[in-house]
Amino acid sequence: MRQIAIYGKGGIGKSTTTQNLTAALGEMGNKIMIIGCDPKADSTRLVLGGLAQKTVLDTLREEGEDIELDAVLKAGFMGIKCVESGGPEPGVGCAGRGIITSINLLEQLGAYTDDLDYVFYDVLGDVVCGGFAMPIREGKAEEIYIVASGEMMAMYAANNISKGVQKYADTGGTKLGGIICNSRMVDNEREMLEHFAKELGTQLIHFVPRDNLVQRAEINKKTVIEFSPDEQQANEYRALAKAIEDNKMFVTPKPMSQDRLEEILMEYGFFG
Amino acid sequence: MLENTPKEITKRSALVVNPAKTCQPIGAMYAALGIHGCLPHSHGSQGCCSFHRMHLTRHFRDPIVASTSSFTEGACVFGGKSNLKKGLETVFEIYNPDVVAVNTTCLSETIGDDLTEIIRDTKIPEGKHVIYANTPSYYGSHVNGFSNMTKAIVSHLVNDEKIIENGKLAIIPGYVEPSDMSEVKRILKLIGIPFIMFPDTSEVVNTPNTGKYEMYPDGGVTVDEIKDLGNCEATVAMGKFASEAAAFELEKKSDVEAHTIKVPLGIKATDDMIMKFLELTGKSIPKELETERGQLVDIMVDIHNHYHGKKVAIFGDPDIVIAMTEFAISLGLIPTSILTGTPGNAFEKQINEMLEQAGIEDAKVKASGDLMDLHQWIKNEPVDMLIGNTYGKYIARAENIPLVRLGFPILDRVGHSYFPSVGYKGAMRIIEKISTAFLDKYDMECAEEDFELVM
Repeated sequence: MRQIAIYGKGGIGKSTTTQNLTAALGEMGNKIMIIGCDPKADSTRLVLGGLAQKTVLDTLREEGEDIELDAVLKAGFMGIKCVESGGPEPGVGCAGRGIITSINLLEQLGAYTDDLDYVFYDVLGDVVCGGFAMPIREGKAEEIYIVASGEMMAMYAANNISKGVQKYADTGGTKLGGIICNSRMVDNEREMLEHFAKELGTQLIHFVPRDNLVQRAEINKKTVIEFSPDEQQANEYRALAKAIEDNKMFVTPKPMSQDRLEEILMEYGFFG
Repeated sequence: MLENTPKEITKRSALVVNPAKTCQPIGAMYAALGIHGCLPHSHGSQGCCSFHRMHLTRHFRDPIVASTSSFTEGACVFGGKSNLKKGLETVFEIYNPDVVAVNTTCLSETIGDDLTEIIRDTKIPEGKHVIYANTPSYYGSHVNGFSNMTKAIVSHLVNDEKIIENGKLAIIPGYVEPSDMSEVKRILKLIGIPFIMFPDTSEVVNTPNTGKYEMYPDGGVTVDEIKDLGNCEATVAMGKFASEAAAFELEKKSDVEAHTIKVPLGIKATDDMIMKFLELTGKSIPKELETERGQLVDIMVDIHNHYHGKKVAIFGDPDIVIAMTEFAISLGLIPTSILTGTPGNAFEKQINEMLEQAGIEDAKVKASGDLMDLHQWIKNEPVDMLIGNTYGKYIARAENIPLVRLGFPILDRVGHSYFPSVGYKGAMRIIEKISTAFLDKYDMECAEEDFELVM
C-alpha cells in the first residue's frame, strides 16, 4: 500500500488534481482510498458525484465514538473509497486536532485494508499546525506531492510545505516525490517550475495544462476521466498517474531562502 | 531527595526544575470563591478542574467545589461552546449558585474558544450572573490567574454609572489567607471605616464544622456589594501583582481612585496600610491598634537576639515575598536569596531597592525562577533559614535549615487559614514562628553544656 499526501496552496487545485489522478489510477486497475483532510469536506465531490459524504467528525459528534465504518466511507467512480475528515465550522474549535482525531478513528475502524494499492490524503492549504502534518507523521504517508503553479504565492507555499516535509523526513520517513504543476498559464511556467523543483532537490513530475474542460467536468460533479475520457486532458491525468505509479525519485527537500525564491521568479518570470 | 543538587550553577535555557508557581486557574478559582454564592467553573477537560480543586482543598483543608465543561475529543475539535452552554444551564438548574465564575484552561485557550460570544449566547436565569476570565497556564502563574479573575469581578459585575457616593473604601486584599482578609476587616472596623472587600474568602474556605455541609457558606462579597463598588471613595489594592489590575479596572470603569500598597505583612507595611486608610478617610488611629503596635515593638525588642543578623532565603508569590523581605529587613535578618516563580520585572526592581536602602549587598534576586535556582544559591551562600511555602521543605531537609511556612500552598501544616500573617498581630505571629524555628533547632542540636532553660 502506497500512502500519498497531496499538499499545496489553497485554491491551487489539489482536490481536482487528486481526484482526476486517482480516477486515472483506478482506471489502471488500482484499489484506492481518498481521505479528505479539509474542514470544507469537498475533497471527494467529483469521485462521488456530489457532496454525498457524511464526515467522520460530524458522525463522531452526532453518534459518539461507536461509529460504523460504512457510515463514513463511500465508494465512488472506479470503486474509489472516499472518506471526508470534516471539521469545525469556520472560526471555532481546532481543525488540526480534527484531522488527528479522524485519522486515528479511521485506523481504529480498520479503514486501511490490505487490498488497497493507494491511500491519498488531500490536505488543506498550508501546513499551518501540527494537525495538518498528521498525514505525514509517524510514517503514515511516505510520499508527498506538492501541487503548485508558476505563481509567486503557489511557489512560496510549496517552499514552505517543503520545510514541514523536511522536519518529518527524519522521524517519519516521509519523502517528497515531486511537484505537480497545475498550470495557470503564467509566462515560462514549465521552465520556472522545473528549475524550482530542481532547486528543491526534486522533480516536476508532470505539467498539467489548463483546460476549461476541467471546469465543465466539475460543474457536472465528475472527474475529467469519467466526464470525457477521450479528450486530451484526460490523457494528461493518465500521464500524471503513470508518472506517479512509476516514480522512483523520493527525496528530502531542500527548502530555499525567500531571496533565492525571488531570484528564480525574476530569472524566469520577467526575462525568460 | 535533593542531596544531588549540584553546587556549581550552570546556565539552563529550556529546563525548569521544581517550579515555584502553579496554574493560573488555581488563583482564578480562589478569587472566585471570594464571591458569596459563587461556583467556579473550569472550561476545559476534567483533569484540570480536579487538580485545581484538589490543590486548593489540600491547602485549606475545606471542600473546594467547582464544575467543569468536561471536554471530550469532540469538544476539542468543534470548540467548547455547546459544553459550556449546556454546563451553565445544568449548573444553575442543579446547584443554583448566584454567580458562576468561568476560568479557561490551556486547552480551551489554545483552540481559541471565545467566552464573550459563548456566554452572551447563553440563557442565564434572571438574577443570576456569569463572569469569566482567560487563564492560560502557559503564561504567568496562579497569581496572574487570581489577578485576572479579580479584575473580571469588576469588569462583569460593577455598575457602570456612579449612582450615589456610598462613602466606602473598596479593599482588594490580594492573594492572601482568609484569616488575613478577616484581620484587614478587623482593622478597618477598629478605625471605623466602611468598606467593601473583594474577593473575600473568609468564612468560605475556613468554615466551622457544624455537622452540616453548606455548598455556599456565609462568607464572600455579595453581588449587590460588588455592584456598589463603583460608588466607593477609593480603592486600596494590596499587592501589585494580585490586586492592581482590578483596582485600575475599577478606576477606568467608575472613576474610583486606585491606590496600590504592599500586602500589609510586617510592621512597616501595616503602618503604610493604616496611614493610607487615614489619608483616604481622615480618621484617626484607635487605641487598640496603638496597643497592638506597641506589643509588636515590645516583642521585637525582647527577642531580637534570637534571629538578628541571621541570613534568610525567601521565596513564593511576589506580593508576599516583597512584604516579607521588607519585614525581614525590619527585624534585622539579612535576606540573601529572594525568588518568585511568577514573572515580572517589578519584583526584582522593588526588592533590589529595599536591599539597597538597607545596605545589603550581593543578594540574589530573581523573578520567573525555580526552586533549583534557590537551592543552588543556598549551596553557594548558605542561609540560616528558609521562608516560603511547603515546596521548600525538600531544600530545608537537604541543607538542614529550618523552614518557616508562609504563602501558598501550605500542604503539610495547619493554622494559616485561621491565624493571620498580616497586620500587627500577624507580624507577631511571624516573629513567633521565626524565633521558635531557630530555638527548636538549637535545642535539638546544641552541645549539652550549651542547653539552656531560659532563652
